[in-house]
Amino acid sequence: MTKSTLLIAVTRMLRGLGSRMIDRIWRLGAGARLFFLTIFYSGESFRRFHLILREIYFTGVMSLLIIIVSAFFVGMVLALQGYNTLQKYGSSEAIGVLVALSLVRELGPVVTALLFAGRAGTAITAEIGLMKTTEQLSAMEIMAVSPIARVVAPRFWAGVISMPILAALFSMVGILGGYLVAVPLIGVDDGAFWSQMQANVDFRVDIVDGLIKSLVFGVACTMIALFEGFDAPPTAEGVSRATTRTVVISSLTVLGLDFILTSFMLVV
Amino acid sequence: MYITINAQAMNPNIVEIDNLSFGYKGRLLHKGINMMFPRGKVVAIMGGSGSGKTTLLRLIGGQIRPSHGEVRVDGDVVHKQDRDGIFKLRRKMGMLFQHGALFTDLSVFDNVAFPMRELTDLPESMIRDLVLMKLNAVGLRGASKYMPVELSGGMARRVALARAVALDPNIIMYDEPFAGLDPISMGVICDLIRSLNDALGATSIIVSHDVKETFLIADYVYFVANGEVAAEGTPHDLMQSTLPFVHQFVHGEKDGPVPFHYPAANYQSELMNSKTND
Repeated sequence: MTKSTLLIAVTRMLRGLGSRMIDRIWRLGAGARLFFLTIFYSGESFRRFHLILREIYFTGVMSLLIIIVSAFFVGMVLALQGYNTLQKYGSSEAIGVLVALSLVRELGPVVTALLFAGRAGTAITAEIGLMKTTEQLSAMEIMAVSPIARVVAPRFWAGVISMPILAALFSMVGILGGYLVAVPLIGVDDGAFWSQMQANVDFRVDIVDGLIKSLVFGVACTMIALFEGFDAPPTAEGVSRATTRTVVISSLTVLGLDFILTSFMLVV
Repeated sequence: MYITINAQAMNPNIVEIDNLSFGYKGRLLHKGINMMFPRGKVVAIMGGSGSGKTTLLRLIGGQIRPSHGEVRVDGDVVHKQDRDGIFKLRRKMGMLFQHGALFTDLSVFDNVAFPMRELTDLPESMIRDLVLMKLNAVGLRGASKYMPVELSGGMARRVALARAVALDPNIIMYDEPFAGLDPISMGVICDLIRSLNDALGATSIIVSHDVKETFLIADYVYFVANGEVAAEGTPHDLMQSTLPFVHQFVHGEKDGPVPFHYPAANYQSELMNSKTND
């Protein structure tokens, strides 16, 4: 390889890298702009709350099955694994605390957000992407109806409201699953299971922090899904790619945010 | 206000395109286009695929901004309006999209009621009567409970037309209203465009490349090619035109000023070239 060929290859690589960076920054800016516009138009959505309620049904209620079934199995596995470890140290009665704290602090908000991104997030992206492809958003614009006020804002608030409720349900069902494995199946004392949980789970530190996390995840996941749909190229391939991006970006964002939020919550 | 009303009343054109240029990604789509759309008339914009006809509708609707020149609707320069101004102008417009653009999660009734519910404070009982009147005008009152997915292409286009005229707009824009329709549906849409325009006293702007149907109902036609107005006149004048482009377009000739082949390198030298396409 001659010197000039190498130089051309390096230049091309740097140019490609720069172009990708500019594209990412542009998308970040466009996403932030959509977020602020959504907040700006939110008043209109709250005045017509039935629009938000309708979206809560599609994003929240329709996600209930996957959330409840997953929570049940996660709780049961937690109890099995937890008991296996705790019994080595003679603290098998602490199984209730272990299940409850794991679910309320971490698994409830995080797994709910991941499932939400896969179930409701993809549905939001695909729906808005297809509305764009079939010119429904343009039709609204030309009718002097803002698509952000009519389509984006109600879905955003539906996601933000649904997520903490789904996370709380996830934790509750998970604890029930853990109880069924720990008490009737393994034979841990019923009283010890509940009393230890009651004594060691703090409402402010554990439950409220978990709910704050799920609220933040709700904002992030819903906004990513909405932006990807709104920004999708109006083609079948464009919508398909946007849907995939929603899951990937939401999942990574949730895991990253979880680390940041946990760090802050442990310090404060 | 008095001056504005007088100026509007005196201006015979509801839409004026003045020395308009528009381009994107380094490609100039329109180069200094001038058009007039008189009140109460049906005016067609014709031209080949990719000639920027639909873009002109988007410029009139203020969905995109011109690079140079201006579009005036009722005397107001579209791209100089703020959000409220542009929404005010759009309330004077209705648009029929190429594939209808019906809201797939709403029934036929709710699609037509949509602009009334969103933009007016009319009571639901009045909205019901108005929607049924609009649907009756397009012959689909009996289909009010259907969902868009249950409609044929022609029916969907008629519902979209009922929605476009729901608020009795001054300007009705049609983007390829005849594309992909069977001859009966085409005839129905053709008839509806003319009759609704006359009944509402509106101005219709039709973007199309269907010569026969468009010439049947248009009062005036603009031909767009290479980013410019290549010809204009009444359908009768254009049918008699000897201009090579108009002749080729009107008679559907394969080759002419619009070449059959897209500009490319020399055929023989490209075939002989051993390099593969990247």
